[in-house]
Amino acid sequence: MSVVEIVTAPFDAVAGIPDGATVMIGGFGEAGQPVALIEALLERGARDLVVVNNNAGSAEVGLARLIAADRVRKVICSFPRQTDSWHFDEKYRAGKIELELVPQGNLAERIRAAGAGIGAFYTPTGYGTLLAAGKETREIDGRHHVLEYPLRADFALIRAHVADEHGNLTYRRTARNFGPIMAAAATTTVAEVTRIVPAGDLDPENVVTPGIYVDRMVAVGATSGARDGALHTTGAAT
Amino acid sequence: MTEAVSATGRRGLDRAGIARAAARDIPHGSYVNLGIGLPTMVSAYLHPQDEVTLHTENGMLGMGPEATGDDIDPDLINAGKVPVTERPGASYFHHADSFAMMRGGHLDVCVLGAYQVSAAGDLANWHTGRAQDIPAVGGAMDLAIGAKQTFVMMTLLDRQGNAKLVGTCTYPLTGVGCVRRVYTDLAIFVLASDAQSPTVTVTATFDATVEELRELTGLPLLDGTGDAAPPR
Repeated sequence: MSVVEIVTAPFDAVAGIPDGATVMIGGFGEAGQPVALIEALLERGARDLVVVNNNAGSAEVGLARLIAADRVRKVICSFPRQTDSWHFDEKYRAGKIELELVPQGNLAERIRAAGAGIGAFYTPTGYGTLLAAGKETREIDGRHHVLEYPLRADFALIRAHVADEHGNLTYRRTARNFGPIMAAAATTTVAEVTRIVPAGDLDPENVVTPGIYVDRMVAVGATSGARDGALHTTGAAT
Repeated sequence: MTEAVSATGRRGLDRAGIARAAARDIPHGSYVNLGIGLPTMVSAYLHPQDEVTLHTENGMLGMGPEATGDDIDPDLINAGKVPVTERPGASYFHHADSFAMMRGGHLDVCVLGAYQVSAAGDLANWHTGRAQDIPAVGGAMDLAIGAKQTFVMMTLLDRQGNAKLVGTCTYPLTGVGCVRRVYTDLAIFVLASDAQSPTVTVTATFDATVEELRELTGLPLLDGTGDAAPPR
């Protein structure tokens, strides 16, 4: 798809995600979590999902609700355990959800590798640990490395800040986190954004994710204060 | 010197004292990542003249103190998901860049907590290994091996009185041969992780003698307490 599709409802933005799909969901905790898209995915009803996220949901928001509703078969993440990850904890202990635990840097680099067409890479991270058990290793320049493979997805759901109508994206502060690399690693990337401006209104120097990686967008306003209902004043587009 | 009573009834450094000791050894102008929990306290003992830049793995250099009141912004958090502030000159980047700068050896120091550290510098801090505990690794494995120097902050003894500086870790490892310095309530240890013959040198003690530390750890500790401050 060469032209980004702009829809008005999150429900339409997540159309076509089938049961069993692998879905990358951006965000680190709640910063950058595409809550409106996750809610829409919940409404759509897809099941047996494999979710790639840094975490495994917190409290009663977004990914935690998807897990609570038994829509997620497997979570690939680095840090599932939090004080408020009770929905994941309960499903995990009951054997209802599978966990693939990945060191955070490997998670990021595996996602990046997928988007960049890298076949695999060697990294020292995890060497000699349980998380490298059974993996190929190689000594390079006197240091032990572990072979890690790319992580791809059928869909990426991300949260960005201001987009232009070509799908170029900017982000706010640490809400950037996994958005840019997930956008490149999925067959179809869906972005929820604060607002969409005409082409030419974003300074090209400030675009973080070029529109080539984005397939669908929906403007949902500033929802990053969703936890307490407070809304931010959004900054300038640049 | 601040003090706290340890598992053996000794009065060593309290948490703030351990944080202050670690902060003193962070070189001027360093790029530093502070782990979640106890290591976060180190930031309270870094001064503007130290010109230390804090990295947080969720995509920021130039992290400032915890945010309060109107400064709280859900889009600006640290690795512990606590709202923080930005310093003048801060920068943001995505997760792969953030870990590339860590894994690429660009950070000078990272400070981590630990369940155990071995004499050879192996670190165990991510998983108890107990079946009922849900493991969570986060960025610990990348941090442990990525920074130029890895410092650990911990109490020397666990609640049962067992030393956490050990010959061989019994907890699952986070990284192999990666720890350079260990800051505890009872002593500071410097590890020379030459794989042929690793040595552990005590550079400072707090209400414990080097001989007592040898008994507590069962390790042939070298006594460096009379030496001049080791090079950073």
